[in-house]
Amino acid sequence: MALKGKLEDFGITQLLNLINLARKTGTLHLQGPDRAAHLCFREGKLVYAAAEGVEDYLPIVLQRAGVFTADHVRMIRENMAGRSDQDIAKVLITSGRLKQQVVLGHIREHVLNLVYQVFSWNRGSFRFEPSELPVQGRITTSIALENVIMEGSRRLKEWELLRDELPDLDIALKFAERPTTPLRDINLSVEEWRVISFINPRNTIRQVAQYNNMDELQIRKIVYSLLQAGLVEMVRPHYRPASSPAAAAKSSGGGTPKPVVAAEMRRPAVKRGIIQKLIQRIREL
Amino acid sequence: MQTLKIVVTGPFSSGKTEFIQAISEIDVVSTERKITRESERLKSQTTVAMDFGRITIDEDLILYLFGTPGQKRFNFMWEILSEGMLGFVVMVDSTRPETFREARRILDTFRSYSPVPYIVAANKQDVDDAWPPDDLRIVLRVESGVKVVPCVASDKETVKQVLLELLYSILELIDND
Repeated sequence: MALKGKLEDFGITQLLNLINLARKTGTLHLQGPDRAAHLCFREGKLVYAAAEGVEDYLPIVLQRAGVFTADHVRMIRENMAGRSDQDIAKVLITSGRLKQQVVLGHIREHVLNLVYQVFSWNRGSFRFEPSELPVQGRITTSIALENVIMEGSRRLKEWELLRDELPDLDIALKFAERPTTPLRDINLSVEEWRVISFINPRNTIRQVAQYNNMDELQIRKIVYSLLQAGLVEMVRPHYRPASSPAAAAKSSGGGTPKPVVAAEMRRPAVKRGIIQKLIQRIREL
Repeated sequence: MQTLKIVVTGPFSSGKTEFIQAISEIDVVSTERKITRESERLKSQTTVAMDFGRITIDEDLILYLFGTPGQKRFNFMWEILSEGMLGFVVMVDSTRPETFREARRILDTFRSYSPVPYIVAANKQDVDDAWPPDDLRIVLRVESGVKVVPCVASDKETVKQVLLELLYSILELIDND
């Protein structure tokens, strides 16, 4: 009988501990807050992982890792249509295009990234199907769970801290009018630039993440670092968000949107004379 | 009769009740309860609903001061309290750096409710190890146009100064509009 339950009652860390200690073989099916993931284990070791919305076709994994370009992926798709990941890897390795360790290293990284993402799921359901393993043709790895649990827990703490710092992703960002760090001293990563290009009080942080295909942890990390550097400030979205951040960015001036300076503080709906009366009275107290 | 509202917010035990008590012409309507949680046992009682102080300006105008509940589990009341406010004061206990992150979270939350002028009151400036207002500005990431004013919540004069500085900011905004 499959083990099943709610993540609210039995968390990811506890599940992985159980699988590790009981040296279980099978697949853990997780249904998280907004998507599903599947983690495969052989005798208590993590061998494979897949998640909804994250393509795990080998050339795409290698493209995400920066090994292949989109053109490479297109060529492989055309020339090796229908071939399994293992077949593709064999061709790449025997042709000398890639070394076996490189392929395995990127698969391992891909699997670990997926697993670390599910650590933040604290609601949803799980089902463990004993003996169910990845479909034939997939490249598997073998990762001891002890380190995964320790690293996952560390990232979970980081996640909780970021969630505390940035509790609301439906808030927007604007460029700081007076950045605390001189702009010439700032080095931004590609991901940070991708976020920067959509900073506009019309775009919520959530929309920027969706457009850039980033998960909550990634976007929180980047926004937190931009806030810490004093480059951006949080603002209430100007009005109902545009249909997509791309549209909003476009409407504000194309690829590099001009920062829209919010009228941050709104004039209270009272007359000057009333405020003067208040001032006078408080002075007299 | 016109009524106006200023909200006094800030982390648990930052001095909100004392601040309102120092200036209100009525006894502060305050729902204080004994503290039950160990982590919040810094003082014997805390505000569980809200503080409510009043300053009569003239026969047609009254200013109300609302203090937000200090404990996190009453955060749901913040948005209700912030409706229609003229501005808000963020009280910070300058001697307790462990509360600064919470103060920043509260500040950001209130800013998101209503983009009205606000001011940061750096409380307990009479204590030796109080962080200076300039340092608080940095750690709380307070914008340059917003004032961080030294305060001692039990001292009516400094409380008056905090409220006056907030009103000057409001006046400035009206004049620049």
